[in-house]
Amino acid sequence: MSNEWPLWEIFIRGQHGLNHRHVGSLHAPDAEMAVKHARDVYTRRNEGVSIWVVPSASITASSPSDKGPLFEPSNSKVYRHPTFFDIPEDVGKM
Amino acid sequence: MVVALDLDHALFEGLCRMGDSTLVLGHRVSEWCGHAPVLEEDIALANIALDLIGQTQLWLGLAAQVEGKGKGKGRDADALAFRRDAWEFRNLLLVERPNGDFGHTLMRQFLFDAWHQPMLKALEGSSEARVAEIAAKAGREVAYHLERSADLVIRLGDGTEESHKRMQSALDRLWPYTGEMMTSDETDRALAGAGVMAAPDSIRPAWEAVAAEVLGEATLKIPEGSHMHKGGKQGTHSEHLGHMLATMQWLQRAYPDARW
Repeated sequence: MSNEWPLWEIFIRGQHGLNHRHVGSLHAPDAEMAVKHARDVYTRRNEGVSIWVVPSASITASSPSDKGPLFEPSNSKVYRHPTFFDIPEDVGKM
Repeated sequence: MVVALDLDHALFEGLCRMGDSTLVLGHRVSEWCGHAPVLEEDIALANIALDLIGQTQLWLGLAAQVEGKGKGKGRDADALAFRRDAWEFRNLLLVERPNGDFGHTLMRQFLFDAWHQPMLKALEGSSEARVAEIAAKAGREVAYHLERSADLVIRLGDGTEESHKRMQSALDRLWPYTGEMMTSDETDRALAGAGVMAAPDSIRPAWEAVAAEVLGEATLKIPEGSHMHKGGKQGTHSEHLGHMLATMQWLQRAYPDARW
C-alpha cells in the first residue's frame, strides 16, 4: 500500500539514569503522533519515563554481508577485555 | 435522619451517572477492538476503553457501597453493570450513540472528554473523600484522553476535504446530545449543595472554552440549533442502549454468576 504511514523506530528509557533502549517500531503520520502511538503501544505496563521516536528511514545499518570483516577480527583479541587486572578489595563491585 | 437518607440516595444516583457514562462509553469504544483503521489506533482505542471500564469499577463499586449502607443489600459493581435494565442506567445520551465511522467515534470522544476532564477536576474537591480519590485517579487518565481526542479532531477536521466533511457531519449529529452534560436537575443540585459532587452547569464555561478552541482550530462550525436531547441521566434512553446492553450483558444474563 503506497499511502501507508511512514515507519518509526521507538526508543524508551525505562527509568532515570538508564539509556533509551530500542523496543520496536510502528507506523504514524508524523513524529508527534508517533510519540502518542508509542505511549499506547509500548508503555501500557508502566515501562517508561521517556520516549524517543526516529524515522526508520534515517537509520543507516551495517550490511549483514559485512559481518565477517566488521566483527570477526575482534574475536581473537582477548586482551581487549580488561580481565587481566586484579581489582583491590577496597574498590568493591565495579 | 431523613436528610441523610435522601443524600445517600442522591449520591447513589450521582455515582451511577458517572459510572454508567464511563461504562457505556467504554463498551462502545471496545466495539472497535480488531476493527480500527490501523493497528496503532486499535491499541489506543482499546487502552481508552479499558481506562473507562476501570473507572467504572470504582464509581459503581462506590455506588454499591452507598446503596448497601445499613441495609445489607448485596449488590456490587458487577451486579450494577450486568444485571440492570436500560431504564435503570443513568448514563448520558451522548455516550450511547452508536460508533458510526472512526471520525464520528472520535468526535463523540472529544465532546465527552472536554466535559469529563473539568468534571473530574471539580470532583477532586468533593467533601466525600472517596469521590475525590476516584476523581484524582481517573483525572490523570482522562487528561491524556482529552489530549489525544482533541489532537485527532483537529487533524481530521483540518485535514483533507473528505475528513473535514466527515468530522463536520459527526459534529452536526452529536451536538444536540451535548447539552445534557451541563444541565443540572434536582439530584445534581442536592449533591452540589452538600459539596459532594459538582453541579453539571458549573462545568459549562470550561467545556465551552475547550470546545470552541479545538473545533475552531479544526475549522469545524458549531451547529446553530439550540435543541438539546435530555433524559439519559434520569433513565430515559434511546433505543441504542438496549441493543448495546443485550450484547454487553448476555453472558451474565444467560449464565448468572458465571466465572472463569
